[in-house]
Amino acid sequence: MSDAPPVKSHAINIAQLGRAQTHRSLDAEQMCLSVQNLDLFYGQKQALYNVCMEIPRQRVTAFIGPSGCGKSTLLRCFNRMNDLVDDCRIDGSILLDNANIYDRAVDVASLRRRVGMVFQKPNPFPKTIYENVAYGLRIQGVNKKRILDEVVERSLRSAALWDEVKDRLHDNALGMSGGQQQRLVIARTIAVEPEVVLLDEPASALDPISTLKIEELIYELKSKYTLIIVTHNMQQAARVSDYTAFMYMGKLIEFDSTDRLFTNPVQRQTEDYITGRYG
Amino acid sequence: MVDKDLHSHHISAQFNAELDDVKTRMLEMGGLVERQVADSVNAVMNSDGGLAESVLKGDMRINNMEVAIDEECALILARRHPAASDLRLVLAITRALHDLERMGDEATKIAEHAIRLIDHGEMPRCVVEIRHLGNHVCMMVRDSLDCFARLDVEQALRVAQEDKAVDLEYATAMRTLVTYMMEDARSISAVLNIMWSLRSLERVGDHARNIAEHVVYLVKGQDVRHVGLTELEARIHDGR
Repeated sequence: MSDAPPVKSHAINIAQLGRAQTHRSLDAEQMCLSVQNLDLFYGQKQALYNVCMEIPRQRVTAFIGPSGCGKSTLLRCFNRMNDLVDDCRIDGSILLDNANIYDRAVDVASLRRRVGMVFQKPNPFPKTIYENVAYGLRIQGVNKKRILDEVVERSLRSAALWDEVKDRLHDNALGMSGGQQQRLVIARTIAVEPEVVLLDEPASALDPISTLKIEELIYELKSKYTLIIVTHNMQQAARVSDYTAFMYMGKLIEFDSTDRLFTNPVQRQTEDYITGRYG
Repeated sequence: MVDKDLHSHHISAQFNAELDDVKTRMLEMGGLVERQVADSVNAVMNSDGGLAESVLKGDMRINNMEVAIDEECALILARRHPAASDLRLVLAITRALHDLERMGDEATKIAEHAIRLIDHGEMPRCVVEIRHLGNHVCMMVRDSLDCFARLDVEQALRVAQEDKAVDLEYATAMRTLVTYMMEDARSISAVLNIMWSLRSLERVGDHARNIAEHVVYLVKGQDVRHVGLTELEARIHDGR
């Protein structure tokens, strides 16, 4: 199993079929991130095995798989969040616009500005709504009120939150509902104009309506950003993503267009997982 | 690619049971339709008015089954959000239900022609054409249901090939019937009833082929509706 060649894409099969051209094809996409032979170890334990994949630009890519399969670990590699974990070792490389983000010369703070992240639990700062969104710009040294006002409004509008909060921008963000807080966190993330937005279970703590709002937002955001989402909710992955990667025990098992993966997956393990069978 | 035991082993035993149930009931409906077609052909062959009447009555049961199984499929879609082969199974079943119901309608048309032929009195000689095509088509229906039950794409391919043979047989029978009508103008009205019955049988053959195509979709994940035989064979033997 561990000797198996890494799975890159089955898009070639789609091209061969000829008739299935309505499916998206990875071959036709412009790539944003390229993961090359990535191995990751937590101490002695290997968590990712030789992952190779290309993440297309301005598309939504979903990672699915059972708990502990490495999908969140892989997601955190994209903005080097794993650097914060003791005795975490990474081999291989991840190219963002053809430059290795694990290069010694890379400034991690500026990388994280280009690759923003939203977590499962909304984590707004205990500040006003306005200051939450303006925070990223302020630490970049932007203090002009006119610019900040403009960015705050634009980001809140992009996060589909403006109409709900425009009259209480200076209230404490912790007074918002969970769904609003999560959209505020997304507004804060996109205020600094990242290229990539990583979403780790962004809707799993939210009610169904807030979940739909987040999903709608993800759909809107992909016209500007490359989005990568980790989710346990397969229907959510099927709804929001253009491409889906199925991971199992630290390996990338299958990566294909979402349409294809959810109707006719190639690998038996993928089939068993998405249809809810014993592995 | 799909194994024979595919639609089991879900973590949810209830889901297994639901999928199994719709599939079994669809095949049960298929068995009824197969009998309806065979009975309608026998009604013509043997001038059996009673049998023709029972075919007409039996169609209601088939229609009711179509509605009931279709509803069950809709509930599975709503409740279980099936994916991959499970989704394809539910879709293939709803499509097959539609074809089976149409086959049932064709059987009632043949039964109606049988009644008209009996009313007409003397049975024309060409009734023998019905037997050949009838046997051939009944076999196709049986095989199409069989390949659905076994998820056998090779048999599905053979059903599609048989449909071509049925079409040829139908064209030949038509030519023969035209000569009968030319020989004896008084027989035209009776021969027309035979012709329409043959036409219905040919349509039943088309629906059997459709069911075989649904089996290919279910097993291989490839939509092979409206493709030629050569292309169909290539898709079935494609490595996926």
